[in-house]
Amino acid sequence: MTEPEIISVLRPDGTADPSLDPGLPDPELLSLYRHMVLLRAIDEKAVALQRSGRIGFFVPSTGQEACSIGAGHAVRDGDWIFPAYRDHGVGLMRGYPLAALVGQILGNTTDATRGRQMPNHWCDRSIHLVSVSSPVATQLPHAVGAAYAAKLRGERIAVLTTFGDGGTSTGDFHAAMNFTGVFRLPVVFFCENNRYAISLPVEDQTATGTLAEKARAYGLPGVRVDGNDVLAVRKVVADAMARSRAGEGGTLIEALTYRLGPHSTSDDPTVYRSEEEVAAWRGKDPIRRFAAFLKGRGLLEDPAAEEEGAKETVRRAIEAGEGAPPVPLSSMFEDVYAEIPWHLVEQRDSLLSGKG
Amino acid sequence: MAEVTLIKAVNDALATEMARDPSVCVLGEDVGRDGGVFRATEGLLRRFGPERVIDTPLNEGGILGMAIGMALNGLRPVAEIEFSDFIYPAFDQIVSEMAKMRYRSAGQFTAAVVVRAPSGGGIKGGHYHSQSPEAYFIHTAGLVVVMPSTPSDAKGLLASAIRGEDPVIFLEPKALYRTVKGEVPQGEHLVPIGKGRIVRGGADLTLVTWGAMVPVAEKAAAAAAKERVDVEIIDPRTLWPLDIGMIEASVNRTGRAVVLHEAPRTCGFGAEISALIHERCFLHMKAPVARVTGFDTPFPYALEKSYLPDPERTLRAIRASMAF
Ligand SMILES: Cc1ncc(C[n+]2csc(CCOP(=O)(O)OP(=O)(O)O)c2C)c(N)n1
Repeated sequence: MTEPEIISVLRPDGTADPSLDPGLPDPELLSLYRHMVLLRAIDEKAVALQRSGRIGFFVPSTGQEACSIGAGHAVRDGDWIFPAYRDHGVGLMRGYPLAALVGQILGNTTDATRGRQMPNHWCDRSIHLVSVSSPVATQLPHAVGAAYAAKLRGERIAVLTTFGDGGTSTGDFHAAMNFTGVFRLPVVFFCENNRYAISLPVEDQTATGTLAEKARAYGLPGVRVDGNDVLAVRKVVADAMARSRAGEGGTLIEALTYRLGPHSTSDDPTVYRSEEEVAAWRGKDPIRRFAAFLKGRGLLEDPAAEEEGAKETVRRAIEAGEGAPPVPLSSMFEDVYAEIPWHLVEQRDSLLSGKG
Repeated sequence: MAEVTLIKAVNDALATEMARDPSVCVLGEDVGRDGGVFRATEGLLRRFGPERVIDTPLNEGGILGMAIGMALNGLRPVAEIEFSDFIYPAFDQIVSEMAKMRYRSAGQFTAAVVVRAPSGGGIKGGHYHSQSPEAYFIHTAGLVVVMPSTPSDAKGLLASAIRGEDPVIFLEPKALYRTVKGEVPQGEHLVPIGKGRIVRGGADLTLVTWGAMVPVAEKAAAAAAKERVDVEIIDPRTLWPLDIGMIEASVNRTGRAVVLHEAPRTCGFGAEISALIHERCFLHMKAPVARVTGFDTPFPYALEKSYLPDPERTLRAIRASMAF
């Protein structure tokens, strides 16, 4: 069987392949770049916050910015997003405010979700960004259900769900792909193959040569894209979303990328991968690659200044969020049910009165 | 004897049992080259090779299903679930298949798998890395449920679990992994399944607790001692089948009981222990059994300190029981 080709738009010489270039207007191109830079600045700052004990945990996406930002740009108003914990970039690209993102990390009263979940578990109903779960790939069947509901109501929308290579091993992945094929639903499965599920290399995760080819078993098209090429990701995801919106069903996209940092702030990647491997991928940094393209187009003069600006933006957002009061104790008992039942009233009152 | 951490004791038990019995295998996500996300399986791959230390794809149902088949065909698999919160994709394999294999085959087959899973809160893990699921498994006929609270018990109970003929859910209190140290016998060391431990003798009140709540109970008992209340602490170690004899004897003597656990209250294991005590010790009792537990809410990230029982809450229950 021939492997599906890997779609790239940005060529080694820094220009875009004219046959595939999505032809985005200049301000859009700059927006892609600035969001990637912002995403990395958030990562760097959040990891530093964790190291200094100011937040509990963080999952960085450094190295995968082209995936999150490119895919996020392909989402339109009305579409739904079911992201994995590493894809804060998709939300950010969709207009999830930086202040809300920072608030969630801090888990204090600036957190719209009231300190309920550890960092990296965002949501925002107003943009159909559904609450992130830690268990891998549980969101995939949810994407299917949301797509079904939209189809039933005749809405011409698409649903984007993102996950890692490890996610393709779960039962939920297979259930979701199968249902999408059978019901011909508008779900775009965006798999970021960053080569590792914590320590497990993708070669030990699956015996198929590609992840994209798994789509065949479910009657869906499978596409491979260069995940460090933001224009290619944008194009491939936008095409798949358009197909879905047109009623032609779902797609599995495999984006080939690399997680440059640790799996999370609790992980030590040096025990399972080599420095040379990381260095080779550092050379394919998606931000630098896109910067070169923008420079060639005369759209970007000073990448260093952009990076400084993003850092400053993040620093200010954290300054604004830190120091807010902790979430109140009574909030622990709210939102468990639509109305608070007697047993939680009793437990709340005993905790608040200090008698429990 | 060496002073080691609880996680090191787990590692020691695995290495010792693997060296002793070539049918013992370890499988799970990241257990090989990474040595497990908590490093419980560190060094095993190098020592015992990839056939016996198996890095699996990311699929808990697959891990447990495969472990069941390995056990049916003569191996002694020890499956690791990275956090007990991720055990639910394997729930069907555990409760419907592994637990029932002996019964449904009238003893012809048994799925003597050991499932190790870090459990409980206290590490700022939010609700997906902090839950205490023991009650689900205790409720399932056919399973042995174990939770050690000291390094010596961790090593000895895990070794016994591996050698046993029943499936075992071995819940490790992750908050204690590196916070407690203790003497652990080198080489072979067994602690029997089904036998509780008297953590501290006392005459006035019986405090039953396990896992990461044992140190909390010890602090509460020390504070109670200052108020001249002599608390006996019992750690069942094997939660199911429970060493009810040890608890019964103690409560018959003290006439008072408090159960302390971090899992939610309703239908928590404390409810069962309370019922057992009321059924068996009623005529000796001077106060109803009190429960100190987590709340019936999802495990909250920012408020975890308030969610988890602490010595103060425990002491209040002790006082209330004494004043009844
Ligand atoms: C069901 C489940 N099992 C185990 C884990 C622990 N865990 C967290 S992330 C992870 C690896 C996921 O890898 P992948 O799906 O490739 O996504 P990536 O983290 O690389 O983005 C594992 C095993 C989990 N979160 N959920």
